[in-house]
Amino acid sequence: MFDYSKYLRMDKLPHIWCYGCGNGIILKGAVRAIDKMGWDKDSVMAVSGIGCSSRATGYVDFNSLHTLHGRAIPYATGIKMSRPDLNVIVFTGDGDATAIGGNHFIHAARRNIDLTVVLFNNNIYGMTGGQYSPTTPQGYFASTAPYGHIDPSFDIVQLAMGSGATFVARSTVANPREMEKFIHEGLKNKGFSLIEVVSNCHERFGKRNKMKSPYEMIEWIRSRAVSKVKAETMEPEELEGKIITGIFRQETRPEYVEAYDSFVMQKAGGGN
Amino acid sequence: MGEIKFLQGNEACALGAVRAGLRFFGGYPITPSSEIAEQCARLLPRVGGRFIQMEDEIASIASIIGGSLAGTKSMTATSGPGFSLMQEALGYGIMAEVPFVVVNVMRGGPSTGHPTGPSQGDIMQARWGTHGDHPVIALYPESVPETYYEIIRAFNLAERFRQPVVFLMDEILGKMNESVEIRDDIEIIPRRKIEGDPSRYAPYAMKEDIPQTANYGEGLRFHVTGLFHDETGFPDVSGDNIQRSIDRMFRKIEEHEDVIGKWEETGTVDPDILLVSVGTQARSAKMACKELNREGISAGVFRPVTVWPFPEKRLAELSRKAKKVLIIEMNKGQLADECRKFIDGDKIIALNQLNSEMISPREIISTAKGVL
Repeated sequence: MFDYSKYLRMDKLPHIWCYGCGNGIILKGAVRAIDKMGWDKDSVMAVSGIGCSSRATGYVDFNSLHTLHGRAIPYATGIKMSRPDLNVIVFTGDGDATAIGGNHFIHAARRNIDLTVVLFNNNIYGMTGGQYSPTTPQGYFASTAPYGHIDPSFDIVQLAMGSGATFVARSTVANPREMEKFIHEGLKNKGFSLIEVVSNCHERFGKRNKMKSPYEMIEWIRSRAVSKVKAETMEPEELEGKIITGIFRQETRPEYVEAYDSFVMQKAGGGN
Repeated sequence: MGEIKFLQGNEACALGAVRAGLRFFGGYPITPSSEIAEQCARLLPRVGGRFIQMEDEIASIASIIGGSLAGTKSMTATSGPGFSLMQEALGYGIMAEVPFVVVNVMRGGPSTGHPTGPSQGDIMQARWGTHGDHPVIALYPESVPETYYEIIRAFNLAERFRQPVVFLMDEILGKMNESVEIRDDIEIIPRRKIEGDPSRYAPYAMKEDIPQTANYGEGLRFHVTGLFHDETGFPDVSGDNIQRSIDRMFRKIEEHEDVIGKWEETGTVDPDILLVSVGTQARSAKMACKELNREGISAGVFRPVTVWPFPEKRLAELSRKAKKVLIIEMNKGQLADECRKFIDGDKIIALNQLNSEMISPREIISTAKGVL
């Protein structure tokens, strides 16, 4: 049995997430992946923004920072620039990272700064009551899309790839072992890593879309998940509405702070 | 006597900051502050520090809050529009009690306004720009040498009070050159190292109203949030805690005005007409005062160097004896309005100008003579 109490602040439980929320599954996966790294807890820095996902930092027994809406990544960037030896993990959501924080997300990926971003994608603004997010699927309902949602969605994986992230993966809460493995791979990458995890918000999203229970929502996610390998054999029309899972990129490129120290500091004649 | 350097105001700001221990700068280019970022990009890697140009001003201030919490003295520099963008995170810094410095080289606003023109239009934004009730420390030097020493004081105050410090400059000050004597005997307050029992560590346990917060990654794992929190750092939004926290944050600054407060008084002691002015504009006021004194007119200048908290007590005292208080500002009267809270309104004369030029000594003299 995995001993979660080693990594969780047990006195802060029960968490604020709704019964059956997928966020707990993601938190468990992240903790298990961190355990595999064998890191000293003092060396781990968890940073989050605002939203349901971002409450994760309160429950983990690491150095933890709950920042402003959308700004977890720039806070984390400053921490990494200040203490490159810390293992910095960002917990964020679809709204936090791709709407209000979208600019920070793409620029951190471009720099390839060593942050592992675990993005809880529940397709909705849960904490504020179910308004549509940049990943709410077209045709579904949200409190601010009472007649059905017309906005096209972001493909977060493509966004991260286009921005230069060196590790990019997607999984779902319906496949916790795969998710854990991807987070672990992301933690191992020395550079910007994005692990998108599609999660269920039956309370704020599901209830408006004929999926009241966690079971129905997780089934909805599971039924749409298609592995990258399988997706390559499918036609574009077959892939419509599907969640393609897998590791999309895993490559090596100079990490930002290392590049700063080995190039800029060297040229400037400085150094610690 | 120290080395004499001929420096631009923005350059003096960067050099002073590095002298104060700045080792991380996150910023975004904006006129007329950009030389501060440029100098930091040049200087920091020489001393083992790091510089980053972020994607916008919101990211810039967020990055320095992170940098500071991880134990590195941090700063950003901007101007009007960028300062507006930073307001939310400035409030975070006040709430989470993080020491850092935000430089705002004031230019003409609102909006894009006049990027290359001087202004004192952000005096009130420095005070009340972020939402909610909060205490503020803001300094505003008048010259290049004073910029060098005041930015060091800004860092010291930030460290001592665990409080972001707003460092106001203006376009004239940022872009002008003057000689600065670089003294050796400067007090630098280092970042505190906090030791404690990791199992019972409370990052917001107070000592004389100031939290004893450690740096991240030094063995005391703790939580920081922008929500109201208790001494453990975890959210507590009970009414009692909110009231207590805000009262204590105000007390932290207000009860230390003897350390934070700073002003200059020149000219006649207990003058008939008291000229009040800040920043570069105060230099024009001082010149006018000299001329008035030469003509035998009883005039003095009161120049707050610490603008917030405003040196209200001393100014109220001086104003009681004065017949008129002439408040000279490159804005619509932001300090004049503040002064109306504690000075008899009939005594106040506001001299304001917004044409991107400093109010001249000649104009101050003629206004002073006209009201006496």
